[in-house]
Amino acid sequence: MVKPDEVAYYKKDDLLKVDYESLPATEWMDTPVDFRRGSYIYPGKPKNLKILDLPNPREWALTDDDWKLQENWKQIILEGMAERLKKYRSFKLFMDTCVRCGACADKCHFYIGGGDPKNMPVLRAELLRSVYRKDFTTLGKVLGKLAGARELTIDVIKEWFYYFYQCTECRRCSVFCPYGIDTAEITMMGRELLGLLGLYINWSIEPVANCYRFGNHLAIPPHGLVDTLEFMLEDIEEATGIKAGLPLNKKGAEVLFIPPSGDYVAAPGIYTCMGYLLLFHDLGLDYTFSTYASEGGNFGLFTSHEMIKRLNSKIYAEAKRLGVKWILGGECGHMWRVLHQYMDTVSGPADFLEVPKSPFTGTVFENARSTKTVHIMEFFSDLIKHDKLNLDPSRNDHIRVTFHDSCNPARGMGIFEEPRYVLKSVCNNFFEMPLNTIREQTFCCGGGAGLGTDENMEMRLRGGLPRGAAVKYVQEKHGVNQLAAMCAIDRATLTTVCDYWAPGVQATGITELVANAMIFKGENKRTVNLRLEPVPGMEGDEKEGGADDE
Amino acid sequence: MNAVISLVAVVVLFLVGLLGGWAGILFGVIIPYLAVALFLGGLIYRVISWANVPVPFRIPTTCGQQQSLPWIEQAKVDNPSTTFGVIVRMALEVLIFRSLLRNTKTVLRESGKIAYAGSLALWLGAMMFHWSLLVILLRHLRFLTEPAPFLITILQEVDGFLLLQVWMPVLYLSSILFLVGLAYLLFRRLASPQLRYISLAIDYFPLFLLLGIGISGLWLRHLSKTDVGSIKELAVGLVTFSPVVNNTINSLFFGHIFLVCVLLAYFPFSKLVHMAGVFLSPTRNMANNNRAVRHVNPWDYPVKTHSYEEYEDEWREKMKGAGVPVDKE
Repeated sequence: MVKPDEVAYYKKDDLLKVDYESLPATEWMDTPVDFRRGSYIYPGKPKNLKILDLPNPREWALTDDDWKLQENWKQIILEGMAERLKKYRSFKLFMDTCVRCGACADKCHFYIGGGDPKNMPVLRAELLRSVYRKDFTTLGKVLGKLAGARELTIDVIKEWFYYFYQCTECRRCSVFCPYGIDTAEITMMGRELLGLLGLYINWSIEPVANCYRFGNHLAIPPHGLVDTLEFMLEDIEEATGIKAGLPLNKKGAEVLFIPPSGDYVAAPGIYTCMGYLLLFHDLGLDYTFSTYASEGGNFGLFTSHEMIKRLNSKIYAEAKRLGVKWILGGECGHMWRVLHQYMDTVSGPADFLEVPKSPFTGTVFENARSTKTVHIMEFFSDLIKHDKLNLDPSRNDHIRVTFHDSCNPARGMGIFEEPRYVLKSVCNNFFEMPLNTIREQTFCCGGGAGLGTDENMEMRLRGGLPRGAAVKYVQEKHGVNQLAAMCAIDRATLTTVCDYWAPGVQATGITELVANAMIFKGENKRTVNLRLEPVPGMEGDEKEGGADDE
Repeated sequence: MNAVISLVAVVVLFLVGLLGGWAGILFGVIIPYLAVALFLGGLIYRVISWANVPVPFRIPTTCGQQQSLPWIEQAKVDNPSTTFGVIVRMALEVLIFRSLLRNTKTVLRESGKIAYAGSLALWLGAMMFHWSLLVILLRHLRFLTEPAPFLITILQEVDGFLLLQVWMPVLYLSSILFLVGLAYLLFRRLASPQLRYISLAIDYFPLFLLLGIGISGLWLRHLSKTDVGSIKELAVGLVTFSPVVNNTINSLFFGHIFLVCVLLAYFPFSKLVHMAGVFLSPTRNMANNNRAVRHVNPWDYPVKTHSYEEYEDEWREKMKGAGVPVDKE
């Protein structure tokens, strides 16, 4: 019996029956939520809320009538709203200025793939705005429903929970909004408010609890991290013959390296992690991993602003303790939104660090002079520009690659050319997906912002459709067989999306491809890549050698 | 239904205004003064209430290449790292609705293929409406000033010259674009099921109100015998705080001016404040120099964190066992 959390449960033809014009007979305010298995995520477990001292830890289920809220839940929400309206100009402004022009509607991947009107960014925000109008505006108090105002009820809370956990905070709609209204801000506020009632999804609050205690989302303890990385070193040696080092919690290193934890444990992220280890070893970079700050990813971003700070603080603290000069960040999406747009504010100033300077090229990363944190693609593209990497892109000739811009580095940072420069330097066959699906218009993988779990499979597949369709397009047109992404969540969720919508295309990290194209000092004759798969063209030599044996 | 309610509301308001001729002082003097006071006071209050709320984080939505290595070309407008870049970005947003210019229509085919078609109708309708509204407002300054400023006269001449003229008095291009733009904005709201679904009564109301103002204005100029002299006398009187209401002013004028008063009074309390709000939008008006210049959160407060000491205390033996250096042996 196939279950709703399995891909096989969903037939493509069924998912593609999306009729945007067939709308509920009832107005949106009067249409209750349908908690359909496969389209929602299970509640946060009390043990995780307790680790984090969050309110109202308890067992409950979305399909329960009674969500076991505090007695004064309504007061808590309204006071929480009032407080946030005084603290965040974005929130107040975005409550007031929307004209409901609808330009954002068909920009959301969940709306495109699902057709649920409440997944139009405008309506997602109206879920909150309607309550705001009722309790905080003159017009709403006077005109009521005519002004789009409504009473805050338990059903409204249930609706918020469903739809604020059906937004991946990808900010694509915000690119198209004439007032720059950012649904990520709305969703973050909505989730913070729900959090006051102890309403979380376990798929994001458990990683948060793990990250708080273990330093990473996956609850890898220090000795576990050693095992994991040593295992990778063995594979590296098998692939290349190179014995790379494993600097961990090394005091006095020049650089603290911060990856996303997704790269420690699951394919294909682990190949990118192997790439980091190999490249840093070959370059002779004086760096260290940290077991305490073992992760830059920060599911606090999907929880509350306070939680961003609670999880992020370890990075500068560890940089200070170890006495490094600057920080290098690996291939992660939302981690880079935090490192770029939040870290200096919540955990800075990093006045004990030095302005990052590449020890190999002398390049000073002026754009990171305050945060002291450099993106690995900035670091690599500078190295390649200065010819410091000994690359043979033909080693990747069997790969026809396209590039998925991850939402957060795209729209919260604007790092477009660096990864493309690196990719084109290590792959001869690079093809762009259609313009409306890349760069600032890139589509989410469907699993960002803590939604990438199997119990949410229907929404992941629906939300992944726009990206999947674009991959399919380049697959048919250019024979693309790999999709590169510099984000750990992408590498995990796009594997599912591609298998479903564009089967035959594999997800990969960029560093993996760099390492596969590198001619390392002292490497063995390379016949396999980091996945220990034979590399076409290079096994050709082997065949010649093998012919003698026959 | 929401549209009908709004239409009825505007018609009733217009009829109330038509009766205004019976009470010229109330509708010609007191209500206009009140409306302007509400507009100015309300708008200032609104802007101050936004400006008083801090911006804790620097969260621009970046729509182009960042400033990074010197040999990589930065999108200085769509991803500005300087104040000048931000000013240009904001200017493009306010003057030519840059973000709407990006608009696309997404078409999902049954095969699973998705097409993205350029979709400039909304942009065009919005540009037509907003720019002609500005021109019309400027043109109306000639009623408030004696003599009319030179630039206003020029604007008026150009506006009238651009249409092939067979009418007397001259038909202004801006009047036509204003009504066509508004009509389109109303049409799309009614024609698209999705837009109808998201539209509130307060979305239709300003459209009908502006249409009412536009049509009554056009009627005043072209169809009714209006005593422009008396109207100008009243207008100049209002501006110089010595208003004179002449009983030769026809009631249509009072219908027109009353709708304008309703618009002014309604403006600060409604979504129409987007005009002022766009300037304050943190995703548009901030430079993406996040890693170069520290942004300070004025209400930042200490939070509970898990320190390295606590971490090492929990894992020390395991760390030692795995050869990871520790601070306390």
